[in-house]
Amino acid sequence: MGALPGLMTLGASSQLPFARTQMAITLGVHIILVPLGVAWPAITLIADYRAIRKGDADSLRLAQRWSKVMAVTFAVGAVTGTVLSFELGLLWPRLMDRFGAAFGIPFAIEGIFFFTEAIFIAIYIYGWKRLRPWPHFWTGVPIMIAGIGGAVSVVAANSWMNQPGGFTLDKAGKVVDVDPLAVIFNRATPYESLHMIIAAYLVGGFLVASVYAVGILKGRTDRYHRIGFLIPFTVAAIAAPAQMVVGDWAARSVYHDQPVKFAAIEAVPRTSTHVPETLGGIYADGKVTGGIEIPDVASLLSGYSVNTRIKGFETVPARDRPPVTPVHLAWDVMVGLGTALTALSLWFAVVWWRRRRMPNTRWFLRAAALSGAAAIAALESGWVVTEVGRQPWIVSGFLRTEDAVTTVGDLWISLVVVLVLYAALAATAILVLRSMAARWRRAATEGELEEESVPYGPRPEMHEVGR
Amino acid sequence: MTSAEVVAVALFAGVTFYAIFGGADFGGGFWDLVAGGAGRGAKPRALIDASIGPVWEANHVWLIFCLVVLWTAFPGAFGSIMLTLFVPLLLAALGIVLRGSGFAFRRVVLRLTNQRVFGAAFAVSSVVVPYCMGAVAGGIASGRVPRGGTAGDLVDSWVNPTSILGGVLAVATCAYLAAVFLTNDARRSGLPELEGYFRRRAIGAALAAGVVALAGIVVLHDDTKRLYDGLVHRGWPLIGLSALAGAGALVMLVREAYRPARALAVAAVATVVWGWGVGQWPYLLPDSLKINAAAAPSATLTAVIIVTVVAVVVVVPALALLYVLDQRSLLESEEPRP
Repeated sequence: MGALPGLMTLGASSQLPFARTQMAITLGVHIILVPLGVAWPAITLIADYRAIRKGDADSLRLAQRWSKVMAVTFAVGAVTGTVLSFELGLLWPRLMDRFGAAFGIPFAIEGIFFFTEAIFIAIYIYGWKRLRPWPHFWTGVPIMIAGIGGAVSVVAANSWMNQPGGFTLDKAGKVVDVDPLAVIFNRATPYESLHMIIAAYLVGGFLVASVYAVGILKGRTDRYHRIGFLIPFTVAAIAAPAQMVVGDWAARSVYHDQPVKFAAIEAVPRTSTHVPETLGGIYADGKVTGGIEIPDVASLLSGYSVNTRIKGFETVPARDRPPVTPVHLAWDVMVGLGTALTALSLWFAVVWWRRRRMPNTRWFLRAAALSGAAAIAALESGWVVTEVGRQPWIVSGFLRTEDAVTTVGDLWISLVVVLVLYAALAATAILVLRSMAARWRRAATEGELEEESVPYGPRPEMHEVGR
Repeated sequence: MTSAEVVAVALFAGVTFYAIFGGADFGGGFWDLVAGGAGRGAKPRALIDASIGPVWEANHVWLIFCLVVLWTAFPGAFGSIMLTLFVPLLLAALGIVLRGSGFAFRRVVLRLTNQRVFGAAFAVSSVVVPYCMGAVAGGIASGRVPRGGTAGDLVDSWVNPTSILGGVLAVATCAYLAAVFLTNDARRSGLPELEGYFRRRAIGAALAAGVVALAGIVVLHDDTKRLYDGLVHRGWPLIGLSALAGAGALVMLVREAYRPARALAVAAVATVVWGWGVGQWPYLLPDSLKINAAAAPSATLTAVIIVTVVAVVVVVPALALLYVLDQRSLLESEEPRP
């Protein structure tokens, strides 16, 4: 603690890299849990519905086990999301005190959804034994709705950072009037939030399906594993092509509304028509080196004509440009993986349509086994595109990130602590989830009685005391 | 009453709910921490686990509610608080991560060594987080957070008599509430041994919290004269109510009437929290920033009020459903339905 006052003199600029790295790590971890909170309840409800309607024991067991894993991922998601709330203030106090009156509104709405989600996920997860099947099923439905509503609210706040609106500033730059609806429904909200909701279903579906794809590849080809694969994979296979369409809409909206970000995405140094689509490559000194150029395609995709003019970086001073290479490469990764996942979905769809079964080659299963990691990589890349692409602004055109960062504390200390904590958290979460899966496998192969709850100390004993 | 004051009252209601329901969950962690070795502590820990499991995430959302209302309706004050109280707030945030994930992981691992590690993470952070929150409250209440987005003293703002009082009082009231709740839960589950175990602790915690609260009045007199004056002149009915409710809860605990004891314990803690609010009224940041001066533009306040009303309409019945199902033991286990 002794070092704290001494280093208070550190300027904001020296804090900036630490603050951005800490935000990126905590957000990057939380964002993986978001699809599990938004989409997995829906996937579980599909299994639950099949269990009740068709009396399907495999679907029932899947729904129950998924809800147990969800209990863990939701808890970690809730607390890592809380950290982000604190960090908005701890790392970016100038963002909050200047724009909280506008920027805060979508978060206030998100609070209602988060409440609903937390309440009903508890009822659903803990209600398997004592609630009757249909009422229990219906307690799961609010989770699904609240997950979507909550994601839309949070993404609306992010959209506002990209397309700020709905507020009036006085001469001193203070927010003096706010139009809450214009804040919530800013220009970027429709496509950003839809893009994220579909991403949640895409990532959640591929991630869960990939676990069962690995199981099937290892020879666990029973009906339980096939249903465990088919339900989430079908959800993801519907989401993936839809995401291509929405992503295209989002990209063209960014072309119109955020030309500097778009220039970074396509790595366009100078305004011109007939802009090539550059795949890969490093941007430096106004040139892209090492990329593959496909002539005219960027112009064609942006405005349906090779004569479409795309603005380049020369339109803004150097200090208003985002770092190009990370945005450009993240874009390529996102689009490349999204395309590959859509191709995988189409493969599945065609075989299902013609043969009424899933593709049975090992190559399909190998690809499906990788689809979860690929979907997460696409998700993270998408966030790099939108967040790094917005730089150097935290509120586009109104507040620079360097002016929003906190002036106190030693952010490198908090960064190190957060790094260690989140690395431990990620490793532990993976180990714990794997140990649950291993336990369930043992229960299946050795015919053991499945232990249904694992309290700290044997639960039955606790009850014996009472008798 | 101005709309800013309405929002301030709503914010304070959120703080109260968090202090009571979130507080009882944190207190469960306190009793987990002091339950002793794996053998001796197994039974109380199992009860704590079963009691907190279904409700802690919903109770945790009150904190989010308070944060979003504060930063939306009073953005300047939020910025000042976050700048000045950086250290305890960061510790609280990281403690919340350790606590939530420790608790969730402990439920699903089988090996005792793993359970110990996760249990320790859960239990230790269950004490650290309320302490930090109480220290933050003390820093704000004692006027150590200056207005206008300038940072106050990074250390003195949370290492000072009022903050230490706030932290200790927070831990004590959390432990008190939890012990009372757990006594009732033990009886409901038909566990007389644990009922007696937590009853003794509830009585002990009640006395401890009472002593801390009384000592607190002396601390405030020396450290934070304005808060002391506000509390004594305007807030004396609350002090009286709190003392009466606390004494009543103690009597009910001794007479083994746990449901009235629970209600009275809640009242005793809620009145302490309100005492803080009444004591510093009409200031948001005592001595420098009044509630009305701190407020966001009126359309934002209206939006926050609407959100609060919707939250009451939507969330309160849902929470009631959760608590009723929980208290009727319908959310007991994850076992398959028959």
